[in-house]
Amino acid sequence: MNAAHEPKTVLEVSDLCVAYGKVEALHKVSLRIRAGEIVTVIGPNGAGKTTLLSALMGLLPYRGDVAYVGRELDAHVEVEERVGQGLTLVPEKRELFGEMSVEDNLLLGAFHRYRSGERDHAQTMEEVFTLFPRLKERRTQAAGTLSGGERQMLAMGRALMAKPKLLMLDEPSLGLAPLIIKEIFRIVAELKQTGVSILLVEQNARAALQVADYGYVLETGEVSLEGPSRELADDPRVIETYLGLGGKKA
Amino acid sequence: MDLQILLLLGQDGLTNGAIYALLALALVLVFAVTRVIFLPQGEFVAYGALTLAALQAGKLPGTVWLAVGLGVAVVLIDGGLALKSGNLKRLPRIILGNLGLPLVLLGLISGLEAEALSALALPLQILLTLGIVVPLGPLLYRLVFQPIASATPLVLLIVAVALHMTLIGLGLVFFGAEGFRTQPFSDGAVEIGPLLVQHQTLWILFASVALIALLYVLFERTIYGKALRATALNRTGARLMGISTTMAGKLSMGLAAFIGALSGVLVSPMTTLYYDSGFLIGLKGFVGAIIGGLASYPVAALGAVLVGLLESYSSFYASAFKEVIVFTLIIPVLLWRSLTSHHVEEEEE
Repeated sequence: MNAAHEPKTVLEVSDLCVAYGKVEALHKVSLRIRAGEIVTVIGPNGAGKTTLLSALMGLLPYRGDVAYVGRELDAHVEVEERVGQGLTLVPEKRELFGEMSVEDNLLLGAFHRYRSGERDHAQTMEEVFTLFPRLKERRTQAAGTLSGGERQMLAMGRALMAKPKLLMLDEPSLGLAPLIIKEIFRIVAELKQTGVSILLVEQNARAALQVADYGYVLETGEVSLEGPSRELADDPRVIETYLGLGGKKA
Repeated sequence: MDLQILLLLGQDGLTNGAIYALLALALVLVFAVTRVIFLPQGEFVAYGALTLAALQAGKLPGTVWLAVGLGVAVVLIDGGLALKSGNLKRLPRIILGNLGLPLVLLGLISGLEAEALSALALPLQILLTLGIVVPLGPLLYRLVFQPIASATPLVLLIVAVALHMTLIGLGLVFFGAEGFRTQPFSDGAVEIGPLLVQHQTLWILFASVALIALLYVLFERTIYGKALRATALNRTGARLMGISTTMAGKLSMGLAAFIGALSGVLVSPMTTLYYDSGFLIGLKGFVGAIIGGLASYPVAALGAVLVGLLESYSSFYASAFKEVIVFTLIIPVLLWRSLTSHHVEEEEE
């Protein structure tokens, strides 16, 4: 459709609805992610951010249209198949394999690729170690013994082992110390250079808008605002609700 | 009791204990991956032994028909689903994967004369047996447990009981009510100190240790073994890595069927096995698995060996109460476990 120089769309979501029983958690949410872009979804607790990612990953049933690299993904497409197509989620709870070593956790991140015959996991792991040198130091340690920041790094590293086209991050800053948060967001920005598209869900709106190209504000299950992140960061409604007084400085 | 009897009983206990240990490992594996308390584990033992016995008698074992029947059912269901979603490319894989081996074996065995079949070298007969019984694991998982994979452990247990009953009934149909023994792997015995040890005993001990080592390598060194462990540790995490719960379930029940059938093949030269003998053998493995809390592989294996020894010594002192003593062991174990371990919520926030 678009001219060749226009970056193509990786994910196009229109009128997505998700309900828990009779309670609607997401109502007609539409969003779009272009190749190589970081898109952030900010919003308060309970707005439906995690629900959005779970639905896109196939963990929750949904209604509405989800087009991923031009292909329709209806709600019946299993999680495993989505992983195979290059969709990867780093969940809020990290979901690491606590008793297994850092190295084994990473290796399993490449499981789907291994199964389809791609055997370059050793090289991918070196790339992940370059991005997260801390993980290399801890490679033989059990994942359950890592600190909060290291666990987040491992969860991200494990996701990158799948060589995703679209990486979805759910609250990567949750429960981490400010210095570590800075480090995590530095890495998110660095990931952009590798060409992966990122959907970043965050409560930490300031940090998210700094790193993202485009942003959506999700409130009680609906998109209330959207725009390029620089404009969103200057929007008085966003400043008042999400950035507080320090908003201008950032 | 003199030393010789003590040693003799110990040898018996160790041999049986080794088999119980294998079954305990299978039970822990299946439970960890699928949350099914796999009561029908013992049926694989009986099916393995009796399938081998039928082959040695030059007969076509009924288990082949069971494998073919289950294969057809899975092909109809999965093939139907693939057709419905327009995914025709998957059809050949569905047919080959579920029906290929059973059909080949059916053709092979019915193609052989009875004399040729019974004269076949023992390793080949064992290979045929495993080829027939092992596919039953994944096929049964697909048909019985996959549709209810997210049910509670209690529902899964009830279904496991039903499956156990069904398989016992089918065993009676396939093999009849009389018991069978198979030829030992090798005849003869060796003298070890004051003991005369049958070759078959050594085979059992050797095969058990080798199989346990193999399982260790599988879980520690291969990506598929690690994927199974990952599924047991964190199902959601595993799915997000593209490790399908269905694949893990089929794999674990395939392993369980392999372990069960091999156990049956190993013990059948030592004891006469009937269509329903598997249950008691499996139950003793289960006591071992309980000692390991259905979670720890080494403790389950050691517990199972303990069960074997206890059974052997109690059969000497109070043979009428042999089973009572063995199964009563579960009460203090459960008491001890419930006192020492606090209840852990399944899904921790």
